[in-house]
Amino acid sequence: MNWLGQGVDRAGKIAWIAALAILCVAPFLGVYPIFVAQALCFAIFAMAFNLLLGYTGLLSFGHAAFFGGAAYVTAWLLQEKHLTPELALLGGVAGAAAAGAVVGAIAIRRQGIYFAMVTLALSQMLFFFFLQASFTGGENGLNGIERGKLFGLIPLDNDLALYFFVLAIFVGVFLLVLRIVHSPYGQVLKAIRENEPRAISLGYNVDRYKLLAFVLSASLAGLGGALKVVVMHLATLGDVRWEQSGEVILMTLLGGLGTFAGPAVGAFVVVGLQNYLSDRAGSWTTVIIGAIFVLCVVAFRKGFVGELLAWQKRRAKKA
Amino acid sequence: MTEIFGVPIQALFGQLMLGLVNGSFYALLSLGLAVIFGLLGVVNFAHGAMYMLGAYIAWLGYDGIDLTHVQVGSSVLNLGVKFQFNFWVALLVGPLVVGLVGVVVEKAMLKRLYKLDPLYGLLLTFGLALIVQGVFLQYYGSSGQSYDTPEALTGATNLGFMILPNYRGFVVAASLVICFGTWFLIERTRLGSMLRAGTENPALVQAFGVNVPLMVTLTYAGGAALAGLAGVLAAPVIQVTPLMGSNLIIVVFAVVVIGGMGSIIGSIVTGLVLGLVEGLTRVFYPEASNVVVFFIMAIVLMIRPAGLFGKEK
Repeated sequence: MNWLGQGVDRAGKIAWIAALAILCVAPFLGVYPIFVAQALCFAIFAMAFNLLLGYTGLLSFGHAAFFGGAAYVTAWLLQEKHLTPELALLGGVAGAAAAGAVVGAIAIRRQGIYFAMVTLALSQMLFFFFLQASFTGGENGLNGIERGKLFGLIPLDNDLALYFFVLAIFVGVFLLVLRIVHSPYGQVLKAIRENEPRAISLGYNVDRYKLLAFVLSASLAGLGGALKVVVMHLATLGDVRWEQSGEVILMTLLGGLGTFAGPAVGAFVVVGLQNYLSDRAGSWTTVIIGAIFVLCVVAFRKGFVGELLAWQKRRAKKA
Repeated sequence: MTEIFGVPIQALFGQLMLGLVNGSFYALLSLGLAVIFGLLGVVNFAHGAMYMLGAYIAWLGYDGIDLTHVQVGSSVLNLGVKFQFNFWVALLVGPLVVGLVGVVVEKAMLKRLYKLDPLYGLLLTFGLALIVQGVFLQYYGSSGQSYDTPEALTGATNLGFMILPNYRGFVVAASLVICFGTWFLIERTRLGSMLRAGTENPALVQAFGVNVPLMVTLTYAGGAALAGLAGVLAAPVIQVTPLMGSNLIIVVFAVVVIGGMGSIIGSIVTGLVLGLVEGLTRVFYPEASNVVVFFIMAIVLMIRPAGLFGKEK
């Protein structure tokens, strides 16, 4: 497993394999597979987002546009064009990649805080597009979407088949992002994050690297959104709202910014929390999510995985 | 009736006036954002929530805030006071209360983040916006509340080419006075010069004996108060809802990007002009009126990445 990268130690690999094993047996232990599948979609979203924020240092405040936009495309392809799920997913990802190329090309002209504001504004523009376009169903969204048969063979109506399909894609994305961040290309991204002028002076065409990172991140975010349509049978305006863009930031922050597995952990925590709260707290959920956001920024900036890694480092130093 | 490009001239001027009113709010809000960003380096995502708070203070004041029956859990507290105030008092109370909220936010939370990446300030205020918005949704629901135009400003004046509702004229005039007052304060007074110096080099200004932390707190409170004032002014012309700030703030962000964050005059002019452009779009191509500001932002970024009035650092 050396190609997984030198940056990952034994303990990390063991933890990942253990997590995968748990995910494989979870549906047989009475965990509702659709819930886990939904969390996995958000985990893909958060990992895609972290590729940009954690490894390139670009805070996009508009990633919901790619997540929800791909969801609309996929839902439309499934419902109106009757494509098989894998083709519909590809269509959604292609849509997100195209949108990512346009938004990215404009946004990388500014840095830091401006980058965040520009992505937010452009994603709001896409939001109004989706609100007014005829194929999205406006306020109602697209509902009752059939999952169809994978490759025309495997019916995904079976929750278990669906679950393992989603899990397989998640593992694929996990390995792909891992490969990206440990590749020479990923090293350049980190160099840009640490010191952009220096990367420029070393002769790297920084804008091209950033744009590619943006498109990759948007495409994978789109994959998460597209997959969510297959899992949940619907695509709604909620997925393209800016609150959704904020939520993926919270997932990343809560799990551990710049750590590899943190965003996925954060996604599980936030989705789990929302499911737990929606029955008990109702409309207080937003308030609680906001409060966690504030607490996280003020006192828990390393996130779960970040704290764990720091603790491990402290222990290693002592020994 | 006279027409221009097939649009009745009355309707055209009506929409332009509406655009100017919206532009006044953009100008007030982006001005506050610019002032806060200038000294604190924080993009105040809570600005929309503060604007909403201002509008609710006006609305609640009109309705009466009864503190003789405050429900806390199952017990009822009697604080022995009942507030009820009209629009003119709200114009004072609104900014004051929102400014005080700003003091608390800055002292309790933002202060801890200045040494970190400015992104954390954005994220913190985003969380605060979610909390405030959520609490108001819980108590007042998402349906809009209407607020009566103050009596002295009801009615309309016939200007010959259009009929101007008095209140709208008042909003534009008031926001112009406030915007240029703020500009004067920052660009032409001693206090303003200390503020600007603090933006350039806080350590040096501190060494000259200026209480920089206090200045920072008051700046944040001042920006928040401007947002609160915009909210009170907006209450009679829009529906007061908990979500009124959340969509507006993103347009204001775009306004700020177009104008360039560095410039105070820039944010005022850009705000007013973009309001007008939006009004014109509503007349000639209504489908695009929601997105025209974002579209202009994209074009400006391609031609002048630093914004129309901004300086490239």
